[in-house]
Amino acid sequence: MAYRLIGKDFTPPDIEAKVTGSAKYAEDFRADGMVHVKFYSSPMPHAKVKSIDADDAMKIPGFVAVLLPDEIKQPDVTGFPILTSEPKYYGQPIVAVAAETEQAAADAVAALKVDLEMLPFVVDPLDSLRPGGNNALEGGNVSGRGVDFQELKWTGKDFAAAAEDELPRGAAPVEWSFGDVDAGFAEAAVVIEDSFVHATNSHHAMEPRSAAAYWENGKCHLWGSTQSTSFAQPGLARMIGIELKDLVFVAEYCGGGFGGKGASYPLMALPALMSKKLGGRPCHMRVSRAEEYANGMARSGFQGWTKLGFASDGRITAADIFVVQDLGPTTGFPDFGNVGNAFSIVFQPPSMRFRAVPVLTNTVPKGPQRGPGENQTANMFEPLIDKAAKELGIDRVAIREVNAPGNGGVGAKIGSKQGPLTSAFLKEALVQGAETFGWSERAANSGMRTGPKARGYGVASAYHSAGSSGFDGLLRITPDGILHVHTGVGNLGTYSYGSTSRVAAEVLGYDWDHVVIERGGTSKHIPYNLGQFGSNTSFTMSRTNYVAAMDAKAKLLEIAASSHGGIADDYELGDEMIVRKSDMGAVMTFAEAAQAAIEMGDKFAGHVLPEDIHEMTRASAKAIAGTGLIGVAKDTLPKDGTAPALTASFVEVDVDLETGAVEILDFLTVSDCGIVNHPTGLAAQSRGGAVMGFGLALTERHIYDPAYGIPNAVSFYHGKPLSYLDVPMHTQWGAVDQPDPQNPMGIRGVGEPLQGSASAALLGAISDALGGHLFNRIPIVTDMIVNAAAGQPQSHKPLATNTV
Amino acid sequence: MDSSGPYDPTLDYPEGPAIAEIAGGGDIKPWRPLHVSRRNFLRGVVCSGIVVGGASYLFSTATPARADARGVERMMSLMVNGKTHHVDVAPNETLGYTVRYRLGLTGTKIGCNQAECGACTVMADGRTIYSCSTLTHRMRGKDIVTVEGIASADGTLHPVQQAFIDELAPQCGFCTPGQVVAGVALLNANPNPTEEEARVAMSGNLCRCGAYEHYLRGVMKAAREV
Repeated sequence: MAYRLIGKDFTPPDIEAKVTGSAKYAEDFRADGMVHVKFYSSPMPHAKVKSIDADDAMKIPGFVAVLLPDEIKQPDVTGFPILTSEPKYYGQPIVAVAAETEQAAADAVAALKVDLEMLPFVVDPLDSLRPGGNNALEGGNVSGRGVDFQELKWTGKDFAAAAEDELPRGAAPVEWSFGDVDAGFAEAAVVIEDSFVHATNSHHAMEPRSAAAYWENGKCHLWGSTQSTSFAQPGLARMIGIELKDLVFVAEYCGGGFGGKGASYPLMALPALMSKKLGGRPCHMRVSRAEEYANGMARSGFQGWTKLGFASDGRITAADIFVVQDLGPTTGFPDFGNVGNAFSIVFQPPSMRFRAVPVLTNTVPKGPQRGPGENQTANMFEPLIDKAAKELGIDRVAIREVNAPGNGGVGAKIGSKQGPLTSAFLKEALVQGAETFGWSERAANSGMRTGPKARGYGVASAYHSAGSSGFDGLLRITPDGILHVHTGVGNLGTYSYGSTSRVAAEVLGYDWDHVVIERGGTSKHIPYNLGQFGSNTSFTMSRTNYVAAMDAKAKLLEIAASSHGGIADDYELGDEMIVRKSDMGAVMTFAEAAQAAIEMGDKFAGHVLPEDIHEMTRASAKAIAGTGLIGVAKDTLPKDGTAPALTASFVEVDVDLETGAVEILDFLTVSDCGIVNHPTGLAAQSRGGAVMGFGLALTERHIYDPAYGIPNAVSFYHGKPLSYLDVPMHTQWGAVDQPDPQNPMGIRGVGEPLQGSASAALLGAISDALGGHLFNRIPIVTDMIVNAAAGQPQSHKPLATNTV
Repeated sequence: MDSSGPYDPTLDYPEGPAIAEIAGGGDIKPWRPLHVSRRNFLRGVVCSGIVVGGASYLFSTATPARADARGVERMMSLMVNGKTHHVDVAPNETLGYTVRYRLGLTGTKIGCNQAECGACTVMADGRTIYSCSTLTHRMRGKDIVTVEGIASADGTLHPVQQAFIDELAPQCGFCTPGQVVAGVALLNANPNPTEEEARVAMSGNLCRCGAYEHYLRGVMKAAREV
């Protein structure tokens, strides 16, 4: 059907504030009497605090208070503390100080005497798995979601059995399989076996995670930087130790998250706890770039091995995958689980065995970063698909097409349980992309030399799950006729808080100029929405806004029937009015119906609410009850299977064989993301995701001094996000634009895979320019290219990670 | 295993209060709005011999706290967005600090505080500078323009700002003030840049969202309109 708003561009209401500088981020908060919080952070990768002497700090003019780790509650052993007396990574906060000025706070921190006992540490997961290897935490070196904290050492035999450049494979706490893997390899025409390394890299959000808080009248008021306005709150309240109703949260803007600010995080709670200690006095904590590096989380690295079987037509017959995840010093994020899922959906193997070992290290804490596990999967496996294509003499697009889920996802499966998908059109994305890009004509130029430059082409796919259900929608129509869509979606910069709100307006037939989006904090009375992460917002919150709008629609029709006779079915909506179907005569405007709802009270004005909504939605609905017609509902629409976001990317490069410089000449991504709701938004995400992906492929990595466990790549230009000069200025994007049947508007979102397929396609293009040379190491930095072109050995040790 | 769910480190925390509330404030001094008068400040210096920064914030987090050369603030005239401000400025104070924390112009963002990212970009006599790495005292007599000074007094957006909106250039928006100032400075100096010239002129401004192409389209669109 033709939509009035869905599929059309719009001007997001917050964007003008971004270009004028009036947008307020967490660090722009000010209050009278505000004190400044700074923290002493660990100078060691692993240590135990023996004593803290704050006598000299207290003498600093302007000193107000010190907050010790013993004064606040602590998480489990593998948790992520706010302050700790056993720091497990360099830069971890140990003691916090509040002072009248930030300078005084810094001086007081410098005057603290913290006596630390150095403990054994480890920065390479394989070192920790060796017999007698150090544990990152006392008592263990392995943890993870679904994996108990434990000590795990492989045997000397395990290590001896592997060649120098092959991943040793000892016991693995995670293992699953489906199909007959042995039979799959037996029938394979070609078998590929390789080991690989994927680096860790920083989120590098432009805005460090500054925060501010005060207490008043029993409530904690907090300014924080988060991707997810609703979803951050329950965890934040838990960390601060209060009930959800006692949190007043402001998160109007978020200066970049990329997964690193997906919900709340320990540092966000620190000013609130200091303020509590100070009887509610406003506390402001400005986080520096260096502190953001150490505490802003990072993508997990991997060391891995795989064996893949292919039939002569390129169809994968069997896959055997073994990965070791660098978990950092906390339970972190289960990227390892996503590796298995992502491989299984993108390549649809009939048989597969998956093993994983998440290993704790004394490095920057790891959290999800755009495509956590899924994008490393693209980078680690897509080059191997190219290798198989070459051995089989098959085109590199064709080998992906033959394996990809398509045709709406009929028969397509995902994961260890081989569950269904809501829909999938990756095959179609590959076909559309190859045609738009002119793949078959252009790829004939592979290896073409111009002076020292060699031409290369790459293609790759990527995946992330893209939707959930069970969250709430809330809206109201006020007696002035205005539609207020209340949304708890964060302001990450994708503008999906706006595009999903338009679904409510679409259902009710609203003119967009008559709609106000209520967002940015608890004072806006927001419903419980899922966080803005994981490509899910478009699918999940178009459903919540749909059900809330359908509830409002039913109430509008009932109000008309009650005041003008007949039953609700006798009426319908049109031009912000309720009309009688029999003569198409207008009986009430929405404005009049809103006034009538207030007078009728009950469910119409939000005085009676559905039983199944979340306590946050209930509190918000109660707060606005009686001010208009309230539409409120929980999304209980059917959802059977995984909603996938899938992309196919194509890239053309020139690689300078003398300098190792990579020039990206052309780029295209085609997305399978359901009906495109916000075209320019998709364009911006397609291009932005690609820029991040190119950095992942070329420059971004963590480096530690293995002797001291100290990070050496801590600022922007060490693990460099790419700049204007590193990326092409004209790139292409597209979408298959096929509806997802399990979303009422056919909408699915896409975020993560836009980075992963771009990154993996670039890796493939570089290898293509080098005649198919495989690096099996991400990122491919310039010296690796120079060495490969010159036929020299690489400077890194095989499988070494967190190093150069 | 479903591992696509959110990352929530708070689940590792037990329920219950996070910190004991100090009854009646304990030994914590009662607080009042911060106001250090110049007279009290100088009295403190003279009487105690201790020099404290009158400023509330730390100028450069890249500098070890005790190594900075502090001294008495001096009042100076600073022309920002067409207005002359008389402000107390410490010797080691950066322009980014002064505009954000003394003049309240928080549009200028501090992303790295070490001249890497460009979020703090402002104009000084028409040239772009990193305000996080420029001493305020060296800006005496200069005409400073921050992002707040780009739109007309009546609120009409500059063509660069409007074009950034039209091209949906800002994503998270944290780098946007710097991108706006860099784009305007370019067009002031060169109203008809080539795309390559524009790309180079903007290259001091990082955008982690990767919105370069959309910003550049905005600059070129604005160039056609100014």
